Amino acid sequence: MALEITAANFADEVLAGDKTVLVDFWAEWCGPCRMQGPILEAFAAEHPEVKVAKVNVDANGELAEKFGIMSIPSLLVFKNGKLVKSAVGLHDKQALAALTE
Amino acid sequence: MTEPFQVIIIGGGPAGVSAALYLCRANIRAAIIENGPGALGRAHKIENYYGAAASGLKLYAEGLEQARNLSATIIQDEVVGVEYTGAFTLALKNASEALTAPALILATGTKNITLDLPGLTELEGRGVSYCAVCDGFFFRNKRVAVAGGGAYALHEAEYLKHLAKSVTVLTNGKDDSLVKQAGFAAIAQPLAALTGAGKLQSVRFADGSELEVDGLFIALGTADSADLARKLGAQLDGRFIRIDENCATNIPGLFAAGDCTGGLMQVAKAVHEGARAGLAALKFIRAQSVAK
Repeated sequence: MALEITAANFADEVLAGDKTVLVDFWAEWCGPCRMQGPILEAFAAEHPEVKVAKVNVDANGELAEKFGIMSIPSLLVFKNGKLVKSAVGLHDKQALAALTE
Repeated sequence: MTEPFQVIIIGGGPAGVSAALYLCRANIRAAIIENGPGALGRAHKIENYYGAAASGLKLYAEGLEQARNLSATIIQDEVVGVEYTGAFTLALKNASEALTAPALILATGTKNITLDLPGLTELEGRGVSYCAVCDGFFFRNKRVAVAGGGAYALHEAEYLKHLAKSVTVLTNGKDDSLVKQAGFAAIAQPLAALTGAGKLQSVRFADGSELEVDGLFIALGTADSADLARKLGAQLDGRFIRIDENCATNIPGLFAAGDCTGGLMQVAKAVHEGARAGLAALKFIRAQSVAK
């Protein structure tokens, strides 16, 4: 299951640790985001080496603003506490694997 | 809800009609929303399709007539918006009420308008968006523009005007009188480039003038299958919709057929995929009614 991220646990769950973290910025009212959700869950199940997390932009506007999110779904990849890659739009499992490689 | 259709088909060309024929013969209530013949209408004589040596226009008219004779409902209108919440809801240009159905077949063909602007690709997701419903939220009280001059662009502009500080419609060299009639600020100058480092800052026009904006929503011409698929969250490969061997997309009940799926841009291929999509939609509807 993708981990729910808020401003309160962002630093602990995304920035700390040495595991690659894939964060999906999404919202309920966005069609492509609703389709990205199950793909992300399937990816998480197949890739235990990647920590998969979700930020609901509706409830966490400040996090979305901090990372300059202007289009969703937005997928951000963090390594060792640093943002290393980002992508927008629906991504299939193969594309997620390439993104987090 | 206007009519309890079981399947709605967007596009009245060979793919859409072929799907409708299979659905109607299986007693499914199907509607075709059509908005003219597109690429088929430009073919003066089709010589490479079985049994036909007719113009594209004739083939188009006869196809629709054939579907009508099998009780398909033909709706002349343009789809300007789409939503999926377990069923598909379509906003139309002329009808005030939305149409809904549990299954949708995208078969509009592809449009031949593209925007090849310096800066466009780099600024996607950094101010450039293809979906007002998805991304309008990020432009509350900001200045946005919509690229396009038809009903589709106006539909996006209508949605954005409730959120953004200002909405300007950029018709890219086309007549902007409809846009102005609808009450929007309009700029008819052809688009030349997008500027901004890491974030969209302005749109530059052919005459050298600039418009400072925070967001640019692309809604050129008529919304085609790929535009609608993208808003729904269907997987695309470039401009084409990704389908499986049953013409099914990654969204339950959403199918695509014809030119919009890429490959051979031929009537024969469109008819073949239409038939497959029609049969797959039929199976989907029957499975749904069993489940109920």
